[in-house]
Amino acid sequence: MTGSLHLWLIPLLPFAGFLINGLLGRRLPKALVTAVALLASLGSFGVVLINVFSMLGSIHMPASLPVVETFGTWINTGALHIDFSFVLDQLSIIMLLVVTGVGFLIHIYSVGYMAHEEGYWRFFAYMNLFMFFMTVLVLAGNALLMFVGWEGVGLASYLLIGFYFQRTSAADAGKKAFIVNRIGDFGFLIGLFLLLANFGTLTFSEISAKLAANPAWTGGVLTAIALCLLLGAAGKSAQLPLYVWLPDAMEGPTPVSALIHAATMVTAGVYMIARTHTLFDRSPFALGVVAIVGAATALFAATIGLVQNDIKRVLAYSTISQLGYMFLGCGVAAYSAAIFHLMTHAFFKALLFLAAGSVIHAMGGEQDLRKMGGLRNKIPITFWTMTAAVLAIAGFFPFAGFFSKDAILYEAFQHGGSGKVLWFVGVVTALLTSFYMFRLWYLAFTGESRSHDVRPHESPWSMLGPLSLLALLSVVGGWIGIDRFGSFLAPVLGEVGNSATAPGGKQLDIMLSIIAVAVALIGWFIADRLYRQKPDSPARIAAALPTGYSVLVHKYYVDEIYAMTIVRPLLFMSKYFLEWVVDVGLLGGAAWMLAGSATLSGAILQRWQSGNLRSYAAWLAVGAAALLVFVFVPWSTVLANFGIHLGMAGQ
Amino acid sequence: MNPTLGHLLQQEIPLTWYLLLSAVLFCLGVLGFLIKRNLITVFMSIELMLNAVNLSFVTFAHQWHEVKGQIFVFFVMMVAAAEAAVGLAIIIAVFRARATLAVDRIDLMKL
Repeated sequence: MTGSLHLWLIPLLPFAGFLINGLLGRRLPKALVTAVALLASLGSFGVVLINVFSMLGSIHMPASLPVVETFGTWINTGALHIDFSFVLDQLSIIMLLVVTGVGFLIHIYSVGYMAHEEGYWRFFAYMNLFMFFMTVLVLAGNALLMFVGWEGVGLASYLLIGFYFQRTSAADAGKKAFIVNRIGDFGFLIGLFLLLANFGTLTFSEISAKLAANPAWTGGVLTAIALCLLLGAAGKSAQLPLYVWLPDAMEGPTPVSALIHAATMVTAGVYMIARTHTLFDRSPFALGVVAIVGAATALFAATIGLVQNDIKRVLAYSTISQLGYMFLGCGVAAYSAAIFHLMTHAFFKALLFLAAGSVIHAMGGEQDLRKMGGLRNKIPITFWTMTAAVLAIAGFFPFAGFFSKDAILYEAFQHGGSGKVLWFVGVVTALLTSFYMFRLWYLAFTGESRSHDVRPHESPWSMLGPLSLLALLSVVGGWIGIDRFGSFLAPVLGEVGNSATAPGGKQLDIMLSIIAVAVALIGWFIADRLYRQKPDSPARIAAALPTGYSVLVHKYYVDEIYAMTIVRPLLFMSKYFLEWVVDVGLLGGAAWMLAGSATLSGAILQRWQSGNLRSYAAWLAVGAAALLVFVFVPWSTVLANFGIHLGMAGQ
Repeated sequence: MNPTLGHLLQQEIPLTWYLLLSAVLFCLGVLGFLIKRNLITVFMSIELMLNAVNLSFVTFAHQWHEVKGQIFVFFVMMVAAAEAAVGLAIIIAVFRARATLAVDRIDLMKL
């Protein structure tokens, strides 16, 4: 490797964009704000691309990767030494390409989408800030620097969810996202402390090296660390039980939902698990928990997605469900399959959100699927790109989602006895996914328009361009295949390609693929029956199953349960114990007592200040006399007469 | 000449007598300060206390053959002179303002 790769440019360009737009954006003309934001993210993407291209020739020389660039010491106290170091390896290359590439496309899209919004400059400043923290998270060479990016993207997410802060629901959603993420971050932090205590370092490569040097080291504290990290990952990646913030995060502008809450930030948990996979590999129990959490979340969120009527909420639950797939992949130690799905999901889910944004734009801000319909001919480009994304997420050959979902399901199936159950859950989820995506598709695009006071119009090219590019990626994104993808990532994730190695793997793979596609077709078929052929049947089914339907519509009452068991008791305790007893009672009471005793003693002592000169003089004389007595009376002798001995006097 | 008296005069007066005189004078000053109503008398009592202290200074200076005590006396006299000037000025000002010199009626300096 010749010379530096200037990895610092990747995060710092967006940061410069954030500083310029954040500090001066209010006074800058709109065109300049746009230019700064786009150039910052484009520059970041460009640096990544240049690095990747300069490395393409040397990919088969493992010695050249990873590239570690250190920009100085951050913390150096005793045994603890932490650098500002960035690592470029196969894993971070994939993530960087996704983050900066999709990020740049969404920046372009936002120019059109946010054109008429208040706080245009603020939006782009936050977006650039997000890009900065996300690239730091991805490039970080140690867990603490990753944590900085981790918290930073949380901040950017909070700011962007609450972008329309005049709306109470948006401000609340931002708070909810932040607080729920804090629970996860708590786990992450404890994991970091445990790592530090047991490994003495937070550098990923050193941790892996230490693990490799101690092959007998399994379970125990490693399980604890892995579970703590999993809690952090579950918070950021919206898994059970911490997924509740993501649906509410849809209060943010749609490009934000696409970039942060679908394509990039929420995948940080998956990335983190892949990054620390050497730890998880040593703890079968923690891996099992990851797999179960992933599978449960995938199924759980998919069922909620069936009945949502807000187009963005359907996509939000779909995102949670797909993240569940990625966790499932991680849980069966198929990290490259998980990252593969992460990448294709970034393409098609960003596309879904952007297309949904285009639909919302066309409908003049309407997000309710029940009021859409018949948009197919009115916004044809959006329709076709959306179709590509729906086919991709449903898992139809040869769209991107097929390959990655297939890879995860195959690995799950191969994963021992419990793997069959995981696989079955995955297949059921695939059925549900296909159903709710086509439900959305039918409700939005086919039939007759169900609202008559809007005139749908196609979006500007700044929005359609990214849509088309992402649609292309959603089609071809999976063609690289899990084998080549896996062998590319193998130096980091330490796996060999999957299907070709197992005996009879090829046939099994093909069979499982056929099942997956068949299931997706069934989902499509059901959606077709229910929402195209007999549009009144969904209501009849809902009426026939009132309990089940209302449980799903109310999202299993999870928010209500959390409110009852956690939020209310906390608020109750805060109000009646912390505020009234501790704050007003103890602290306030102590302050009042202090003030009161000062006032009271002042009231008594002020009588001394009579203004009478002679009384002052008398007190002076008394004081002087007392001093004389004190100094000249031989106290020890006097007291000894009374049998009292002071200090050494008695010896 | 009474030999006894002459004998007495030739003898040193003991230190104790000087100190007792000084203490008596000082106590008279304190008493005067505390019980007299007239501001000028009170003021004179202060002078009495100062001079009582001066006397003990001089006594000790003589006893220990130290010049420091005498120097202190000069300082005290100087301060006393300054105090007298300022104090009398204040007394005149008070008298002009209140038309009385009774200490217990000059008691506005309180809360």
